Amino acid sequence: MSPALRSHGPDRLGALLSAAGVVALVFLPFVDLKANRIVPGDPRGLLQVLPGPQGLEVVGILVAVALVAILVASARLRLAAALVGLVAVAIAVAAAASSLTPPGNKVVRVAAGMGFWVLLLALTLMLTDAITRLRPGPGLRVALLALFIGVVVAALSHGAFDNLSIMREYAVNADRFGREARQHVELALGSVAGAVLVGLPLGVLCHRVPRLRSGILGTLNLIETIPSLALFGILMVPLGALAAAVPLAAAIGISGIGAAPAALALFLYALLPIVANTVTGLRRVSPAAVEAARGMGMTRWQILTRVELALALPVILTGIRIVLVQNIGLVTIAALIGGGGLGIFVFQGIGQTAIDLVLLGAIPTVALAFSAAVVLDAVVEVVSRTRA
Amino acid sequence: MIVVESLTKQYGEVTVVDQVSLTIPRNCITVMVGTSGSGKSTLLRMINRLVEPTSGRVLIDGRDTTLEPAHLLRRRIGYVIQGHGLFPHRTVAENIATVPRLLGWDKARMRTRVRELLELFQLDPARFTDALPHQLSGGQQQRVGIARALAAEPAVLLMDEPFGAIDPITRGKAHEELLGIQRRFGTTIVLVTHDMDEAFRLAGQVAVMSQGRILQYDKPAALLTHPADPFVSRMTGLADRAIRLLSLTTAGEAALPGTAQGPTVAATASLRDALSVLLWGGAESAVVVDAEGKLRGHLTVAAILARGRPT
Repeated sequence: MSPALRSHGPDRLGALLSAAGVVALVFLPFVDLKANRIVPGDPRGLLQVLPGPQGLEVVGILVAVALVAILVASARLRLAAALVGLVAVAIAVAAAASSLTPPGNKVVRVAAGMGFWVLLLALTLMLTDAITRLRPGPGLRVALLALFIGVVVAALSHGAFDNLSIMREYAVNADRFGREARQHVELALGSVAGAVLVGLPLGVLCHRVPRLRSGILGTLNLIETIPSLALFGILMVPLGALAAAVPLAAAIGISGIGAAPAALALFLYALLPIVANTVTGLRRVSPAAVEAARGMGMTRWQILTRVELALALPVILTGIRIVLVQNIGLVTIAALIGGGGLGIFVFQGIGQTAIDLVLLGAIPTVALAFSAAVVLDAVVEVVSRTRA
Repeated sequence: MIVVESLTKQYGEVTVVDQVSLTIPRNCITVMVGTSGSGKSTLLRMINRLVEPTSGRVLIDGRDTTLEPAHLLRRRIGYVIQGHGLFPHRTVAENIATVPRLLGWDKARMRTRVRELLELFQLDPARFTDALPHQLSGGQQQRVGIARALAAEPAVLLMDEPFGAIDPITRGKAHEELLGIQRRFGTTIVLVTHDMDEAFRLAGQVAVMSQGRILQYDKPAALLTHPADPFVSRMTGLADRAIRLLSLTTAGEAALPGTAQGPTVAATASLRDALSVLLWGGAESAVVVDAEGKLRGHLTVAAILARGRPT
């Protein structure tokens, strides 16, 4: 028996994922063929759309990947197998879309079916499980993410997937997609940056003046409990009044609807985790280190920046990671009050019962949140390592 | 020279330090000893203005300490606390270079100084320069803490229970090291402790404090032979004061001229250790030799015992 094989029976996660894959291949549609973008689809299995050697090859590869998932212990081999599986499934769905679309037809849609999504999920779980087992360092994790994004972007811009329904939606909305994606990122990053600029001093204040702490944290807690849509609504009234009363405010883009109330609400949501984590981080700084810093002649500012905040940094960054991921998701809802962002496609898609348009907004949002989490986790790990 | 003039610290109704005046001579170790709550730490912290006095003043070399901003004053005074207070996110070298960095030394000078201090404290620079504090043992952390306090070559070093958190064997070595450093650089050291043994081991003079006042400020031997107050006697211990007195004199200091029969005793050994050697060997006299083995004189049991009585 080769040393790469498991010595203690089959891998349970691998067996579960393989079972899901079998169900997906046998019982679930790999793609849905739709006469146009809003009618329900006609389900097609993998071997139905790719008869002959191409389909069998894909099935063969997936069976091999499943065997690796169940029997092989080496994390590197599992990682490689998961990647091969992902590429095979991606090529299969692109080929299916091309073969089902009559040449020149812009009305017929080929959408990825439930079977495709289950396979994608199972293979992604196998991939992340293998990466976790390899324990890559923070730098390598970010590099892997960049590589993955690069491959996906290259594959999409190459045009291989252009016949897939979600890419059809993208082709129609390409200009708006770029604009709204940028708006989405700007709203998320801008609101978090603003919350850091305000929350950090507020956190320091709460730490220094204990009497203020419960009042400030209580208020922020209250804001956090307001449902997001309600908060957007509440902010419309005062901002609308402000724009009406102060022409300058209106001139710089403040109004009851649009990006201003969205940015303000996202900013308010981001404040509590940042202030609370700043207070927690500062409270955990060893009093001896602060005493020594004073005794050696650091000024109050030097003690704050070089000792207290420097030592609290991992906890503060963890707070920033939480709100950035949270706000990337919340921006989606801002579309409802005219705030823009990728949520526009989600709500338009819901309105038109065009599920492909919903996915065009939802998938990039999930990808953004995931990337932000990976990058900031890596930063937190680098910063924490020297502060054990 | 540090002159403390009727220094008082009150927190509301509570007087922690009460009208204390004392003169701390240069180039030696002065120890302030007392029970917890005696005000010894507060008194120490008023010297570098970590605590601002309610009234009274402190002069260092004739200059009032309030004439410059407190943080600039502190950069000229070394400060060591219990549990070392090293910055956990900075390397050993960065910790040691803290004050030089605040003073704006250039990089090369800082590097040289860090290396010098690591070697002085027998910490291999190759191993320790880039180590983080949590990778060090308690004794090593304590040595880095003292090295950090000495980095900018301060004339005065304040130490607040510096050896409180380390084990007895390491503490003994740390005492030796501190005495060596004091002799080598002539630093004026003020050290606060509640441990009378530590005070006797290190001090040129001892200030015994209780309830915010100094009960007696004297040479260690005088605290034993002429205690000013029953509390001082209690602090120094009545039962073994003769033995303590013997531990304050070296064999070299007490040696009588000429030679004698019996075991050899190092000139640097205390009379207490010399007596122990004589008792153990059943001898009446011993030969005192210096580090090179040269004869320095002799000691008899009677001569040692005579040193253990108040004069």
